[in-house]
Amino acid sequence: MDIKDRVIEIIAEQAVLEPSDVTMDSTLESLGIDSLGLVESIFSIEESFDISVPFNANEPEKSDFDISSVASIIAGIEKLVAEQHA
Amino acid sequence: MKRVVITGAGSINALGHDVPETLAAMREGRCGISDLEFQDVDRLAIKIGGQVKGFEAEGHFNRQQMTLYDRFTQFTLMAAKEAIAQSGLEFMGEDAARSGVILGTAGGGVSTWDANYRTVYEEGKNRVHPFVVPKLMNNAACSHVSMEYNLKGPSYTVSTACASSNHAMAQAFMMVRSGMAPAMITGGSESMLCFGGVKAWEGLRVMSKDACRPFSANRNGMVQGEGAGIFVFEEYEHAKKRGAEILAEVVGYAMSSDASDIVMPSKQGAARAISGALRDGGINPEDVGYINAHGTGTAANDKTECAAVADVFGPHADELMMSSTKSMHGHLIGGTGAVELLACIMALRDGVIAPTIGYKEFDPECAIDVVPNEAREAKVDVVLSNAFAFGGLNAVIALRKI
Repeated sequence: MDIKDRVIEIIAEQAVLEPSDVTMDSTLESLGIDSLGLVESIFSIEESFDISVPFNANEPEKSDFDISSVASIIAGIEKLVAEQHA
Repeated sequence: MKRVVITGAGSINALGHDVPETLAAMREGRCGISDLEFQDVDRLAIKIGGQVKGFEAEGHFNRQQMTLYDRFTQFTLMAAKEAIAQSGLEFMGEDAARSGVILGTAGGGVSTWDANYRTVYEEGKNRVHPFVVPKLMNNAACSHVSMEYNLKGPSYTVSTACASSNHAMAQAFMMVRSGMAPAMITGGSESMLCFGGVKAWEGLRVMSKDACRPFSANRNGMVQGEGAGIFVFEEYEHAKKRGAEILAEVVGYAMSSDASDIVMPSKQGAARAISGALRDGGINPEDVGYINAHGTGTAANDKTECAAVADVFGPHADELMMSSTKSMHGHLIGGTGAVELLACIMALRDGVIAPTIGYKEFDPECAIDVVPNEAREAKVDVVLSNAFAFGGLNAVIALRKI
């Protein structure tokens, strides 16, 4: 399974939706994922890919990790996997 | 109803090993937050905290006591010694039978849990010290204070996360006010600054890696602290009769539950606790000169707290001062309200308002006089201390100058 499919699976599980309901332009808000759900999703992502995601819930906009859409989350994780598994 | 006064205060925290040192640091706006020092700190992402440094328990307690006292109990006993000595009380006869101890802690003996898990899981040992349970239990500190000072009345420990101390002090206040007890020892203690204690908080992603900057637009989270604050709450006539020095009067309290979210604060819940404390103490909102904020330095708490204060006080919110001393001593979790009550007493007695240090940028969502960076001289007659816990459990205490 590639990174994109695995991330969508994690987000879908958090949102209690089918992976097919999660599109690249979905936002966490549109999927009904709140701040606690986001922190839990990031934990699942870190565990799945064995990476560390720089994310502080107090300043999400300042984190290097862009959570504005599913596409941006996937792009961020692809970058982190490439960097941290290099 | 009886009047309730504070006749003793004691503390140990990152700012000082007693009350005078702590108040001096608050007046200077000194930061007690520093690099954490304990085993495996290099495996943490968060490496700062309001850690008590330079404190050696060995000189204060004997070998038998050391086997029974977790660090949160050691802190409690140090602070209780200072508070009870200041009060001049010796508990005997009827006073001893009716006076008790109510303390707050969120985690109790966290470092005892941590060290013994390490022993059995990491080191693979199959045996732990026989006193692990009496050492780590949340009521250990309370029980040791009762034994040390012969306090035989109602005694127990309250655990409501970050509001534990305020809930404990509210209970003690009620008992003295109702005439149930002539005096109560109260306050709280916390010591979570060990690998497991910080690692757990790290997981929530609300911690700052560099500083606690409450109400500042560039705030980026909370910083943990540790220590204890202990007080003697005494019935006014009882204190007067023996000529005790009175630090302040406790005049009101309120508790509320948000009943909404396990971590996100609620403006309504906080506002109900603040307005409830005013009502309980018969306080005109305009008489409140200072509020010691919960002020954790998280995005969510600080704006919610300011909105709640604006709701309760209306235009007077622009007149009063509200600072967060967590910027200096960190967030003592279950012990935090107790250490913060010292800033309230200082405001009333010395006319010095402790600052919110680390304040850099105005945040329009926290448009309140937060006494930025430098302590201020001001005459105030009534002060509040806010505590709003995870789980939506709130407790606010009101003190008046005497």
